[in-house]
Amino acid sequence: MNGHDVFIVADNIFSPLGKTTAENFSKLKQNTSAVKQYNDLNISSQPFYASLFNSDEPFIKDDQHIYTKFEQLLIASINDVLQDSGIDAHNKKTVLIISTTKGNISLLETEANNAELKKRIALSTSAKLVSDRFGFVNQPVIISNACISGSLAIITGMRLLRSGQYENAVIAGADVISKFILSGFESFHALSPQVCKPFDKSRDGLNLGEGAGTVILSTNKKYKQNIKVKGGSVSNDANHISGPSRTGEELAHAIKKAMLDADISSGDIDFISAHGTATVYNDEMEANAISLSGMQTAPTNSLKGYYGHTLGAAGMIESIISIQSLKENLVLSTLGFKNMGVTNPLNICTNLLSGNFKNCLKTASGFGGCNAAVVFGK
Amino acid sequence: MLIEKYITASCTISKNIVCKDGIQIFENTNTDLAGFLVSIYQHFQLNYPKFYKMDNLSKLGWLASEILLKDKFKTHIYKPEEIGILLANANSSLDDDIKYYHSVKDIPSPSLFVYTLPNIVIGEICIRNNFKGEHAFFIQDAFDACFIEQQVNYTLDNNILEACICGWVDVLDQEYKAALFLVEKEKSEGAVFFSAENMDYIFRNS
Repeated sequence: MNGHDVFIVADNIFSPLGKTTAENFSKLKQNTSAVKQYNDLNISSQPFYASLFNSDEPFIKDDQHIYTKFEQLLIASINDVLQDSGIDAHNKKTVLIISTTKGNISLLETEANNAELKKRIALSTSAKLVSDRFGFVNQPVIISNACISGSLAIITGMRLLRSGQYENAVIAGADVISKFILSGFESFHALSPQVCKPFDKSRDGLNLGEGAGTVILSTNKKYKQNIKVKGGSVSNDANHISGPSRTGEELAHAIKKAMLDADISSGDIDFISAHGTATVYNDEMEANAISLSGMQTAPTNSLKGYYGHTLGAAGMIESIISIQSLKENLVLSTLGFKNMGVTNPLNICTNLLSGNFKNCLKTASGFGGCNAAVVFGK
Repeated sequence: MLIEKYITASCTISKNIVCKDGIQIFENTNTDLAGFLVSIYQHFQLNYPKFYKMDNLSKLGWLASEILLKDKFKTHIYKPEEIGILLANANSSLDDDIKYYHSVKDIPSPSLFVYTLPNIVIGEICIRNNFKGEHAFFIQDAFDACFIEQQVNYTLDNNILEACICGWVDVLDQEYKAALFLVEKEKSEGAVFFSAENMDYIFRNS
């Protein structure tokens, strides 16, 4: 371990399934999915499966005209987690980290393209508005690194705290689904025409989802009974900008480094929260990486059947569910999985699994060949 | 346990001028950004057909990395996972986002969509050089050399990386700027200490 221990103080998931972590976890325990079929001509000319908020549902009660949908999501999630957390946004030792893949991009669809719009879309604009709303005093850190953004934000926060630069980090990730994103994944033939089936033999693509997640980290010893962020690592495939590694060696390398960082070995991992997008290539690569890491027997799940792929929020939301799983000693099942569909078989959870769980691994991969691995534990 | 680190090379591309280690090595004022980028590729006799498929952000960052690493960089002394890339910019991939969204009105273009992520330029540099280490893309209002310094220090001091390319690559319409720094633990001829001040100095003078 390099430097201070990093504890999880509080967290929030704000998704179509619920507005708190507790609401979300309770829905997942009942196998409730937010993924359903939509007919929304503003997003696609064809019916599609996704996990979306009701369009008339306000995320925050006041000042809705000031903030974009993306910013409102961040604010709603941060607000829930910050209140009663005992963490002061005004403290010079507290930093705000924001992760997103596409942020305000839906504004391109509705607003006139001019210099003002380009400034409004910029993520620094959003970060400033959100930061000012809560009174954070430090410059916010913004991470946009495809589908590992959320996991990378947690790793970045952990390191900023370990180095002693800050004592607390409020890390929030969000993404909104619009025509821009849906049409792009459609153009890649990456979308499933049904609820997605991670790791399954008949998996045929991903579903997109919107949502936000926030976690507060601290090195303050008063949280020493809490779950820790024990380690993390990032790697690059150096293979293809839009397809994963053929071997999974690079994700396996990130997993190995994350475990070294956490000072544990593969046998200490009690369960894995995989990226499991349900595309043919991602799941195959991930199964290779998990096998290469010697963890093919570790209970593994993917939450994409419940939330879809929430892009820059995925690493946040899925990490928070993993943290909750550690707290409740309950690993969730993989909705949509029936028959093993990867060359190197994994131990995919198909039922709620209870036990005495100490450590878990969260993995993520994305365009640009990026991979991330994070270890959480007691 | 702060290890001494050096900026062993730098490359800036800005205002129609390319500089390596602070010295101007190419200038072309007679063209737009796309033409300028192709003229750099041709001037340095680079041979990488994938270059032509890239969006302007990836072209700019990739060209800067080629010039940064040419001549002196000894790839073979590092393992692929020991070399990383930490970049930042202000406009994410908005330059390509706008072009992609134009295509949506007709037929959405997968070859434009794939570049609608700022970290793709990192992927392109990794593919070219077989770099497999840590990387991250940050969005900043303006180049925050202190933050980049802190991030690079953490990864090199903790031996997560042995060498790191860091800096700024930003494109929006005809506005652009790249400033890349190669940071290593061994001092080489012409190297300067790795610090936010030295990065800022090179950044501001380009």
